[in-house]
Amino acid sequence: MHDDSSTLFSDIAVSHLLDSIPHGIAVIDRDLRIVVINQFLEALTGLVLADVRGVYVDFVLRSNIAGRGRTFREVLDSGETVVLDGDIVSRDRRKIPMQFTLSPLRNRREESVGLVIALDDLSTVTASAGIGHDADETDSIIGQSPKMREVFDLIPLMAHTEASVLITGETGTGKDKVAEAIHKRSSRATKPFIKINCGALPEPLLESELFGYVKGAFTGAVKDKPGMFRLAQGGTLFLTEVGDMPLPLQVKLLSVLDDREFFPLGGEKKVKVDVRIIAATHRPLKQRVAAGEFREDLYYRLNVLHLHLPPLRERETDSRFLLNHFLRTFAERTGSSVKTFSDEALKQLMGYPFPGNIRELRNIVEYCVNICQSRQVDVEHLPKYLISRLATVSMPPEALEATAAPSVVEQTLPRSQETVKDWLAIEKELIITTLTQTRGNRSKAADILGWGRTTLWRKLKIHGLVAAQEHGTIKGSA
Amino acid sequence: MKILMTVQDSSIAPRFDQATEVIIIEHEGEKQLGEPRTIILPHKSADEISDLIIKEGIQCVICGGIEDNFYRFLTWKKISVIDGVIGSHHQALQMALAGTLQPGLVLSSARKEE
Repeated sequence: MHDDSSTLFSDIAVSHLLDSIPHGIAVIDRDLRIVVINQFLEALTGLVLADVRGVYVDFVLRSNIAGRGRTFREVLDSGETVVLDGDIVSRDRRKIPMQFTLSPLRNRREESVGLVIALDDLSTVTASAGIGHDADETDSIIGQSPKMREVFDLIPLMAHTEASVLITGETGTGKDKVAEAIHKRSSRATKPFIKINCGALPEPLLESELFGYVKGAFTGAVKDKPGMFRLAQGGTLFLTEVGDMPLPLQVKLLSVLDDREFFPLGGEKKVKVDVRIIAATHRPLKQRVAAGEFREDLYYRLNVLHLHLPPLRERETDSRFLLNHFLRTFAERTGSSVKTFSDEALKQLMGYPFPGNIRELRNIVEYCVNICQSRQVDVEHLPKYLISRLATVSMPPEALEATAAPSVVEQTLPRSQETVKDWLAIEKELIITTLTQTRGNRSKAADILGWGRTTLWRKLKIHGLVAAQEHGTIKGSA
Repeated sequence: MKILMTVQDSSIAPRFDQATEVIIIEHEGEKQLGEPRTIILPHKSADEISDLIIKEGIQCVICGGIEDNFYRFLTWKKISVIDGVIGSHHQALQMALAGTLQPGLVLSSARKEE
């Protein structure tokens, strides 16, 4: 057995072995020159091995980690494997985030002879849903936060089963995108993906849309209509806002899910269907079950696999990542010269809780790109409602009262008692959101909100967000 | 006509956005006019190099990897961009003047350069 495997390995051409690895691989010698690169890296760089053998590695990789070879030499000297995050510029002029694993390469005598560099495409993590290369890049699912990575990990698993999936999450978190991603990764990918909004249509219309009807079923039914179930034959039916589906239709849906057949409206012949169901809702379905507004049996039938999409405020670093992503995308699409956000604009945006999640963030960036005529998005280019809201929560009421000069803040803030109440509610909500975002770290929260730590303490007390015990300590220390 | 090359030591810099040195050459046809001018940039910035290119009235840029948005910006400004070039800037310039430099070319000098 040992001899067999030795023979096997001695017979294998290294380049063939490397070509079988689905990551970019470069082997370099001690002079940091290319010995071999695999096909994956050839595709990424647009360079072929025959042309680059013997070429200094950084000219081939076009990475931002090399530091004129210093990084590679350090690994050669230390003999320790190093993992670094960086990026490369690909043949098609894309900057691709990469994880570089630099491992020392030793010969049989354990002498260092070079390095193996493995490139792991992080953009495939961000879009591992398999739709990262859509013509419309904004349709991709993007994120780097741990919570989104969990989602990305689950998508392929869910794609490889036939069970129903229930996707939950606040509005604008990308439920539709995830549903489509699951479909595209599944064995049904070549078959239709049909989406229907259960909350947008009145019950009779929704029923005929879902199940179809036969000619003469009702007035106006002048010809047969197949319905979404039949249109999705062999593929996936995506029921969005399923929490808003009328109760009588829920019964019929449950019956179809169980029997995989149904009668179209007015029809006498049962129609057999092979359709996978993915459902989504922003409503708390369990509570609706408890309130008798959603059938428990249907809930369990849909909730075989459950995927919850986190709101943007829980996605830590993703806001900034997404802001830059959409800025680049919209700037490219519109031919705008906008390149970055100013520090102040970025600070304002990062302090905003984005209740509409990614949809809202994307719309804000699109607005900025259209309004901004310079290379940098500044505060003045942000939507007015955003500025007024941020100004409202970052200015104490007494300061607002004292502000004499007419301003955006003043114009959007009538000084009635009701508004002060609203303002307090907004401020409280913003504090809670920010503290959630910082996992309770008050210093970080104060930074994000643009307040001093003491101001945050004072506001926490005003809003009753300080535990009684803590309250005493503060009083005592004051 | 003016050519700008983003360089790293004696080579074309691997990446446009990582370059901290540029060489500007004026020429008339294949004939180089005067001495090349080297500009050391205070830091790495593709934006600043782009601004410099516009300010200097450059007609041709020779560089390594460049991001698409900068490539499109420059070509939109009617600047010819020969990108993805690997090798010495001297050889790249000679080939550019002779009209034989192509995007993505690995020059013979690449195996000798570091």
